[in-house]
Amino acid sequence: MTIPNLVGAGLIVIGAGYGLGKIGGSAMDAIARQPEAAGKIQTAMIIIGALLEGLAFGALILGKN
Amino acid sequence: MYFCTKFLKHKKFNPGMVTIKKSLHLLTAALFALMPLVSNAETPVVSAHDSLHAATTETSHETHDSHDTHAEVDPSSREFVQAYTEHHLMDDHYYSFFGNAEEHRHYGFGLPVILVDNGLKVFMSTEDFVYKGTVVENGGQHYKYYHGKIYKTDASGDLKLDSHDHPTVEKPFDISITKNVVGLLLATVLLFLGFTALAKTYKVSPNNLPKGVGRVLEPLVIYVRDEMARPNIGEKKYKKYMPYLLSVFFLIFLLNLLGLTPLGLNVTGNISVTVCLALFTFLYVNLSGNADYWKHIFWMPGVPWPMKIVLAPIEVLGMFTKPFSLLIRLFANITAGHSVVMGLIAVAFVMKQTLTTPGAVGVSFLLTLFLTVLEILVAFLQAFIFTMLSSLFIGSAVEEHDHH
Repeated sequence: MTIPNLVGAGLIVIGAGYGLGKIGGSAMDAIARQPEAAGKIQTAMIIIGALLEGLAFGALILGKN
Repeated sequence: MYFCTKFLKHKKFNPGMVTIKKSLHLLTAALFALMPLVSNAETPVVSAHDSLHAATTETSHETHDSHDTHAEVDPSSREFVQAYTEHHLMDDHYYSFFGNAEEHRHYGFGLPVILVDNGLKVFMSTEDFVYKGTVVENGGQHYKYYHGKIYKTDASGDLKLDSHDHPTVEKPFDISITKNVVGLLLATVLLFLGFTALAKTYKVSPNNLPKGVGRVLEPLVIYVRDEMARPNIGEKKYKKYMPYLLSVFFLIFLLNLLGLTPLGLNVTGNISVTVCLALFTFLYVNLSGNADYWKHIFWMPGVPWPMKIVLAPIEVLGMFTKPFSLLIRLFANITAGHSVVMGLIAVAFVMKQTLTTPGAVGVSFLLTLFLTVLEILVAFLQAFIFTMLSSLFIGSAVEEHDHH
């Protein structure tokens, strides 16, 4: 791991963390507004989280070499 | 043993079974809680490949003035931990449960090596073949193991290494039963036994309550059907895809869980396995795609024609990035989980000097326990996500549009 790799990994984590925070925050807001729809909101939240995670992991693995 | 006999005796006298069940649950919970401790057995005592020997001799040379003089292989060195973790994450031709670094011994069993090289060459791998680089002669050909791969060589075992230490000799096509294949076969057998038991209970009557493993499997089957297949694929078509979705869900879930046991398996953390799983999803999506699906890829309706030309290549790329993200997600999650667990187990060895042995083992145990519990959640979540996204993609391919 060289320094540019590590900086890149840090940037990816910052971006992914920001994205996950937005998803989680919006989901919390939505659940607070409509608690009866919590199940559906959670499923959607996990799917979007997983898509984001795939993107972040892909970038980390491509950046590793 | 004492507890078991006690429970058995208890069972005779108490037909109500309530107390027994509770104690059995407790015992199972305790066993699961102690699992990370047992999995330590497989850890840094083992000395792995040449790279590991090289790394460790290097460090022992550097730190020769430390008081730890006897250690040819120092398990608390950073190189050792890295090499050991890498070794765990890789596939192997020898199933090693634990080992002894001082004696250079590995306790486990050899697996069959199958090579396609002018016909099939089959022989059992041994500890010497995999860890000590012994040349094996089979059917007039000589084979040598080097850094996880088998090369064709002569009786002297010369691999003709180039300047980067890469062998230049020929490599036969290897279809061996490796550690990962053993893991896959084990999972398949377990799933087969579990689901045939479940199916038998439905033969009696469709409303029969399943017994044993089936009682765990039934809610999961219904969960896959009602939470993933039905809402995403649609009421009319979901039945056709249930076998695939269930297979993929239970295979990934079981393999993830097996990866947390002291068996030392890392099947879903192998990129070849996830590539194969994602390839199946890719084929399912594209072979069941209807005219609307292809029209949305190559000639997107409802946008001006210059946009159609711009969108077509992006959509074609999207066809491949969807399964690609599936495979990367599963692979990276499991690999990351295993690496972190390995790193936390290594805390026991690395911190031994500062925290004393009981302290270091205690810290390592607590951290590993915490992470293993988290990994159980991840094991389920990854199986869920893979199945959920597969059904979403299939659903988008078979969806009936009416936008006219």
